[in-house]
Amino acid sequence: MSMQGSRMWVAFGATVAGILFSFAAIAQDVLPDVLVKTVTLEVIEIIGKDKDIQSGNQKKIVDLVEAKVLPHFNFSAMTRLAVATNWDKSTPDQKKQLTEEFKTLLVRTYSSALSVYREQKFDFRPLRAKPTDTDVTVQVRIAQGGREPVTLDYDMEKTPSGWKAYDVRVGGVSLVANYRTEFANEIRANGIDGLIKGLAAKNKGPAPKVEKK
Amino acid sequence: MTQSKRSFRSRCGLLSAIVLLGFSTGCATTGGDSRDPFEGFNRSIYGFNQAIDESVLKPVSKAYKDALPQIVQSGVRNFFSNIADIFISVNNLLQGKVIDAATDGMRFAVNTTIGGLGVLDWASEMGFEKHNEDFGQTFGRWGVGDGPYFVWPLFGSSTARDSVGRLLDIRVDPVRNHAPVAARNAMTLTRVIGMRADLLDASRILEEAALDKYVFERDAYLQRRRNLIYDGSPPRTSARANPAEQPVSESSVPAEPEFKQAALDAPAAASESGSAMLSASAGEGLKNVDAR
Repeated sequence: MSMQGSRMWVAFGATVAGILFSFAAIAQDVLPDVLVKTVTLEVIEIIGKDKDIQSGNQKKIVDLVEAKVLPHFNFSAMTRLAVATNWDKSTPDQKKQLTEEFKTLLVRTYSSALSVYREQKFDFRPLRAKPTDTDVTVQVRIAQGGREPVTLDYDMEKTPSGWKAYDVRVGGVSLVANYRTEFANEIRANGIDGLIKGLAAKNKGPAPKVEKK
Repeated sequence: MTQSKRSFRSRCGLLSAIVLLGFSTGCATTGGDSRDPFEGFNRSIYGFNQAIDESVLKPVSKAYKDALPQIVQSGVRNFFSNIADIFISVNNLLQGKVIDAATDGMRFAVNTTIGGLGVLDWASEMGFEKHNEDFGQTFGRWGVGDGPYFVWPLFGSSTARDSVGRLLDIRVDPVRNHAPVAARNAMTLTRVIGMRADLLDASRILEEAALDKYVFERDAYLQRRRNLIYDGSPPRTSARANPAEQPVSESSVPAEPEFKQAALDAPAAASESGSAMLSASAGEGLKNVDAR
């Protein structure tokens, strides 16, 4: 390859790297509340337009959640927090499997919750945090007539690849905390591998149904 | 009156039979959770409630949901919600939240009049926010701890404190006290079916999420009640009380600030006096077939 050609490639590479870098920088700079709002509205809009999802195509909604929502969750942190003290007793392979199965379970649950709330009015609360904070709670309220609104709190932390959620609290009920007791019980009874098996069996169960509206 | 006394007595008879059955069959197993000393007993009542729900309440609620137009369902919901606002206001007052109590009073005034006896919730449109209060929450606010967790036949998840609160809620319930017997029974039935219908989606999600529904529902109830007592912002300080429950930090994840811990330790912190007010069914979240 000629000298000129290789210089061109270097320039090209630098440009690509620059673009990628600036994307990364953008991802990092997006404030957590803006991120939650953008992602939620985008997903809700897609569901609103997609006849397949509305008629109960669960695979499609799971794919959507995996593409749009999943990248903004830190599943290894969630799993570590839910497995709590047993995390240290797990082998690297067990940790990997636990994270993978827990992720699948959460994506399924989250997908069916989304299909329930898609028609509600979302109220994105202003973020109460200092610009220097690296661990914040983003609050969303879902209005429902005749009852007090459902609160959705996303606990998020700043990572090199942007803000990531490590817990979701629905009406004050933390998902991670709720799984803690279940995981601890299962591990006490059947060991860490027992929990992995239990989660896998749960995930292989029949796909969740979406009730028609 | 005699009739209602007799039906009350026979209801008590049924309940004690169920309770005895529960004790005789259920006490063998316990998970050793300090918040739930009667787990074996509670599990058997939970099983009984599930059976009733699966065979009667859920199918009826599904039929209700499928048959009635949305607008009728929301009318029913709003009607009972409006009646409930009276004692939500009283409880806010008892907790010293005067502005909230006034908002509840305004809601009742607006909805009862221009909302057509509560069928339309104009107050929410006007910005008077709906609250969630009951006597159990008021006691919690006053510093009364949860006490042991209980599952009651038909009523479901509760704690010692919330059980007393629930008795008071029922005692003062306007539907119970001011409607003629026939109307009262019909209204109670409609209210229960309507509430269950509203929770169909939530109970399906629970079904999907839980490895052990009993545990999932119990922990959700306890977290939920704690959250309600503090009106959505429980203190985040109990975190370091139990070092055994600290999540293990990994190099890839920054150290946890205290408040993260607080959220996660809610179930584990029952031994502490402050957080002994943890208490169960995630209201709009999880199945809570109660007659409030």
